[in-house]
Amino acid sequence: MDKVLQVRELSVVYGKGCASCYKKTGPDFNSNICPDCGSVVAAHDVSFDLYRGEILGIMGESGSGKSTAVKCLFFDEEPTNGKALFYDEDQQYNLFRLNKAQQRRLRNHRFGMVYQNPNLGLNFDISAGGNIAERLLMSNVSNYSDIRGRAVSLLSRTEVLSERMDEMPKNFSGGMQQRVQIAKALATNPPLLFLDEVTTGLDLSVQAAILDLILEIQQQSQTSMIVVTHDLGVIRLLADRTLVMKYGRVIETGLTDQILEDPQHAYTQRLVASAL
Amino acid sequence: MAYVAIKGGGQAIDGSKTVFDYLRAKQSAESSPLDLDTIQNQLRLLHGRVISEGGVYHPRLAALAVKQAHGDTLEAAFALRAYRSTMPRLAETEALDTSRMRITRRISSAFKDIPGGQMLGATTDYHLRLMRMELLNESPEQFRTIASEWFDGLNIDDIPDTFPKVLEGLRKEGLIPPLSSQVRDNAPFDITREPLVFPVPRSAALSTMARGEQGSLLAIAYSNMRGYGDVHPTVAELRVGYVPVMLPHPITGKPMEIGEVEMTECEIVAMYEDQEDGSKPVFSLGYGACFGHNEVKAISMAILDRSLQIGMTKGPSNPSEDPEFVLLHVDGIDSMGFCTHYKMPHYVTFQSDMDRLRTTRKKQDDGVQS
Amino acid sequence: MTTNKSFGFMDEYAKKEIRRSSLKAVAIPGYQVPYSSREMPMGRGFGTGGLQLTLSLIGEGETLKVIDQGADDSVNAVNLRSFIEMTCPGIHTTTSTTEAGVIQSRHRIPERPLREDQLIVLQVPYPDALVVVEASEDKRKILHGEADYSRLLVKLYEDIVKFDEITISHRYPTRIHGHYVIDPSPIPRWDVPKMHQSAALILLGAGREKKIYAVPPYTDAEPLAFEDVPFRVEDFTDENGQRRPCARCGCTTSFLDEYIDSSTGDYVYRCSDADWCNEQLMDESLLEVSNG
Repeated sequence: MDKVLQVRELSVVYGKGCASCYKKTGPDFNSNICPDCGSVVAAHDVSFDLYRGEILGIMGESGSGKSTAVKCLFFDEEPTNGKALFYDEDQQYNLFRLNKAQQRRLRNHRFGMVYQNPNLGLNFDISAGGNIAERLLMSNVSNYSDIRGRAVSLLSRTEVLSERMDEMPKNFSGGMQQRVQIAKALATNPPLLFLDEVTTGLDLSVQAAILDLILEIQQQSQTSMIVVTHDLGVIRLLADRTLVMKYGRVIETGLTDQILEDPQHAYTQRLVASAL
Repeated sequence: MAYVAIKGGGQAIDGSKTVFDYLRAKQSAESSPLDLDTIQNQLRLLHGRVISEGGVYHPRLAALAVKQAHGDTLEAAFALRAYRSTMPRLAETEALDTSRMRITRRISSAFKDIPGGQMLGATTDYHLRLMRMELLNESPEQFRTIASEWFDGLNIDDIPDTFPKVLEGLRKEGLIPPLSSQVRDNAPFDITREPLVFPVPRSAALSTMARGEQGSLLAIAYSNMRGYGDVHPTVAELRVGYVPVMLPHPITGKPMEIGEVEMTECEIVAMYEDQEDGSKPVFSLGYGACFGHNEVKAISMAILDRSLQIGMTKGPSNPSEDPEFVLLHVDGIDSMGFCTHYKMPHYVTFQSDMDRLRTTRKKQDDGVQS
Repeated sequence: MTTNKSFGFMDEYAKKEIRRSSLKAVAIPGYQVPYSSREMPMGRGFGTGGLQLTLSLIGEGETLKVIDQGADDSVNAVNLRSFIEMTCPGIHTTTSTTEAGVIQSRHRIPERPLREDQLIVLQVPYPDALVVVEASEDKRKILHGEADYSRLLVKLYEDIVKFDEITISHRYPTRIHGHYVIDPSPIPRWDVPKMHQSAALILLGAGREKKIYAVPPYTDAEPLAFEDVPFRVEDFTDENGQRRPCARCGCTTSFLDEYIDSSTGDYVYRCSDADWCNEQLMDESLLEVSNG
């Protein structure tokens, strides 16, 4: 199986940090906050691999650090420690050692990101079609009809009516905005897609439709994905393998089915048991 | 062909120069032309402002600039700046030491009393702004009496020898950061020789504001005072006076005083903050200084110095903290020039705009909209 | 009170810096070189950037033409020309594009193609084409460095969606030598093609914004457009589909000024380039003489 991503010992600390930060925080201490210096250990020692066509779930509650890893991989934040290798078309990229220009190139052309809050992923000053065009224009597509055609096909794939493609995102419902975000993220056919709590806050029927869409994309394009969520149902439906996080540490990892059938860590057991 | 015959445009310009000068001279039957000493003395604050915004300490030419510009401070400062462009640089002085200022006014809001005392000096702060009708028909004799009487009975022995800086006291107690020894080693950024390319060092921000237009600085600083920002300043010290300018003697190399410049200097103490290295928190500082007697400008500058420092370290969260926003919009010569340029012919660009609009409207009429 | 004796008004240090900035601009086509722009006796916005270039580059014995909106006797041109004459003793001035060695212009490039031995200096209010999509200069520098003009191109896309046209009139963003996109100054679209593979060097000076940039000779200058929605120049056809001629010389291949005749109230169309119009008239009268 082709490996797409290899993350080792990723750590993110907010604040000045000290020698005790890692030693005195985590699930054993029920806290992310270092008692000696007040820094927040958002994540520590996160390691995982991601293979082509696979969906990896990262599950946890608020403060677990589940979004942190993804934010670092998408270059929205900088890690304090750790290494990430991205494999793409016979090339290997050491993500945290790249310069800002190289990071932007990967971010614009080889990664896609869908945020929980559409304000982060969409430009509200341009139309839905324009949002997709913007990504295509970064890759030097220079034919207006081609851009238009591609935008229409992406939006229809994410089930947004093409009659609405020239409207501004603020006129769309939350669910529609997420669909436009997904279409935009897919515009460059990225091999790696990050989805951060993308269905949280949406109506259940809308959630179901978007989750179906994500599965379809995986099947059709073999896109590798990392899905971050606190919702067990989303993990059950989408993720092939899962990491469970608590207070910044990975406490359990493995095949989703195994984790849900036979959770090892007490916390995971509680989560599975409390699922509706 | 060695010359171009002057036609319409040239004549219009000549005509406008003549009528402009006529407006200056039209009451000549009743009075004499303004003399430069009058401007320098009786309009001293206007004069000081022109020196400050022109960025050249030449009191005589600044007075001339005021005269030729009919009192327009932007035009007068402009003339001084343009004059400066023709002058070669002869030497560079050491940093001026404002603790050696020959004080004419000096106060602190931070303390009730300070070493050397609170010297109110010539300020309008506590005046009642009532129209002084007695000045309507001021006679030359009344005018002369004011100056001749002022010195009567003055005891010059009462004047303190030194006015130590208020901040020194705070510094001794450790309430403000100690002076960094690095500061004197780094040459200040020269805005007259280098363009501003962001991010810029603090010295670039201070020098840009030092010759910035007073109203622009005040407006942006006011926005911070009112809540688009949170400097919350206390004036540790405001001093006005004459600072000696020192140059090395051409033979002995010993620093000699070659003259003095009138300056206003304001040091503010702002919100305290945690220190990077974990040591105890201290007050943060803001600094403002300019040529001439201009307190509104010095205080505004000090507040903006502080807000820009916040913006430069933490990222701006309002206009007064954004270096690009502040520093690119406070220069009076740049802003008035561009404002004025809108009166120049723009008919070719307008022709182009009309073409676009007509084409678009025609397309809609023809129903070609997809 | 000392009087200024320096050739070209500015002191030698200032002129040297401007020359070096110009060389850098030519070496990196389309890149905006920051320089410490000096104050001139005319206002910022009145051509101080172009002026500083001309004053630093012109020499004794050379011939200068100054135009504004295509006209030599427009107030701005007159003002600049007299100042340059006053501060650069020994130069010649002309209204003839053919005779000029240095041409300083606001908002037009002359109709007659320029030669290798000529230099044109354009006056620029906004050097940066990206200023319409990004207010921060710091962020724009990164976009230029990475040739990331997607936000600008999206603006063109949205124009076509709304109006079926790219609605930018003057200051049309133009890509130089395949990388940097410049604001070519407020020249009409009509003049943008003249920048492409020009025999003459084109220098652009922004005094207030303190930038110098260049389109070197024989360099590609391509207005941003889409393959299937090409760049179009201004249209001078009337209601009957006929291209309007200049009312004075009859030319049908020049950019026309449109104005209302103050006596008749009719619309009149005349060549914007005054020297070109004069030349057309002279050619016609020569033609008459030879035919007559």
